[in-house]
Amino acid sequence: MTVSLEHYLVVAAILFTLGVFGIFLNRKNVIVILMSIELILLAVNINLVAFSTHMGDLTGQVFALFVLTVAAAEAAIGLAILVVYFRNRGTIAVEDINRMKG
Amino acid sequence: MDASLPHFALALPEISLAVGSLVLIVLGAVLGDRATSLINGLALALIALATALVIGAPVTTEPTFGGGFTADAFARFMKVLAYVSAFAALALSFDYMKRENFARYEYAILVVLSTLGMSLMVSASDLISLYLGLELQSLALYVIAAIHRDDIRSTEAGLKYFVLGALSSGMLLYGASLIYGTTGAVAFADIAETLKDGETSLGLVFGIVFLLAGFAFKISAVPFHMWTPDVYEGAPTPITAFFASATKVAGVAMFVRAVSEALPGVVTEWRQVVVFVAIASMALGSFAAIGQKNLKRLMAYSSIGHMGYVLVGLAAGTPEGVRGVAIYAAIYVAMTLGAFACILSMRVGDRYVESIDDLAGLSRTKPAMAFVLAMILFSLAGIPPLAGFFAKFYVFYAAVNAGLTTLAVIGFVLSVVGAFYYLRIVKIIYFDEPTVEFAPMTPAAKAVLTIAGGFTILYFVYPAPLTMAATAAAQSLF
Repeated sequence: MTVSLEHYLVVAAILFTLGVFGIFLNRKNVIVILMSIELILLAVNINLVAFSTHMGDLTGQVFALFVLTVAAAEAAIGLAILVVYFRNRGTIAVEDINRMKG
Repeated sequence: MDASLPHFALALPEISLAVGSLVLIVLGAVLGDRATSLINGLALALIALATALVIGAPVTTEPTFGGGFTADAFARFMKVLAYVSAFAALALSFDYMKRENFARYEYAILVVLSTLGMSLMVSASDLISLYLGLELQSLALYVIAAIHRDDIRSTEAGLKYFVLGALSSGMLLYGASLIYGTTGAVAFADIAETLKDGETSLGLVFGIVFLLAGFAFKISAVPFHMWTPDVYEGAPTPITAFFASATKVAGVAMFVRAVSEALPGVVTEWRQVVVFVAIASMALGSFAAIGQKNLKRLMAYSSIGHMGYVLVGLAAGTPEGVRGVAIYAAIYVAMTLGAFACILSMRVGDRYVESIDDLAGLSRTKPAMAFVLAMILFSLAGIPPLAGFFAKFYVFYAAVNAGLTTLAVIGFVLSVVGAFYYLRIVKIIYFDEPTVEFAPMTPAAKAVLTIAGGFTILYFVYPAPLTMAATAAAQSLF
């Protein structure tokens, strides 16, 4: 069996869905949310590279490199915000992030 | 692919913002927090310089930088709005930050960087530069939301903004990857060329829906609005003013350019999404704001509603509709900045208050501020002859002309419902007994309130310059 474009797209779609559900269903820990975000961005990268090789067009791979770079910056900023939040509250459980409501 | 150099002169405002912010970072790193007021002043000067450059720069609809950057009349219009709101929000911040004890030199630099990101979003004419501009803006904004790092509410706002913003960027990217896969192009012009016969596939429709979901998140339209009230309430007030004005302008501009340059061939596919989002936002903005007690939260719901009205203009999909969007954005920025200048003047001694009831009897303690605030609230409600009425008029007019009469009627009814909570505040200002007396306004707040209020009240006297600029902006997209 050869691995076709569809297989890559299905894997990416599964990863993307896992990432989105990881954000919404997780009630425990914000770190898990950060991991889910990375999962979403990786799904996008698989999509881009799969399309790029399938079409023989390099643009998709260039896009994927940019996405990788931005994902690193995003993770750094996310963790930094998490650290200041933890200093104030002493917890990073998702259900405790509820000072503002309405 | 031609290998000639890009047209650098077109990107002069962006280049000066980028270089300027790097210089400011070095300055801050060398001099430390002593240099805060110097860097604040230089950042203001930098944004003013960029505004002057963007007004003086040439405009062309021809993209440059490999098709990724377009400096047309639409970009110029939206950039001027974004720069002016960034300038005003920054000017409003300094006094607040000193009093709340979190004056840091990084703040002004982050505002400049996110303004640069907005500028790139507005000019982006392919999916890659759109994403990079968006992230440059967003990453700076996450940090600014949490900049008051000893305050629980500010850090919680930053955390919420980060999580939902990153999720929305992910959805936008997933949509972009599907659009790239089905059309084989990232430049808006090439995507439009592939789609011009209106043929669609399942992958493309999914891509468009994800892309629009990402945009809706960024402009806080229903059903992707849930972060807005919390972030607006938690972030320090001048930063909320920045979020409510400049980021909204940039998000709307990015949305409008992407759908009207890349997807004109598949109007039916995106129009139904935009119409749904517009109705839902207008409805939520009108009803959810009624029970609010906190002014910043109320402004959040108000901005959700206003984004709904902006999308009515976009749903029309015509140059007239885009003109309506441009005029709406300009008037919305003026009203929002004016309202936030008032919220920032609600200071008792050294403590800032933000509850609606604190405004009671303002007409007796501060008659001038009460009058201008009441006019801005009437304008937000869309009562003629104030500017907000004309903003709504242009978008509804375009919607009716495009055959979307039902949408315009729904919008009109919901704006009447929405008027209720604005009028309630006016009632509190004019007819309730004063409980507290506010400290005198700062010069920056006075200046912003005067200009924004003057524009809102006197817009109808001489609307031609704005209308003409907006018409030129809309023409450049079609």
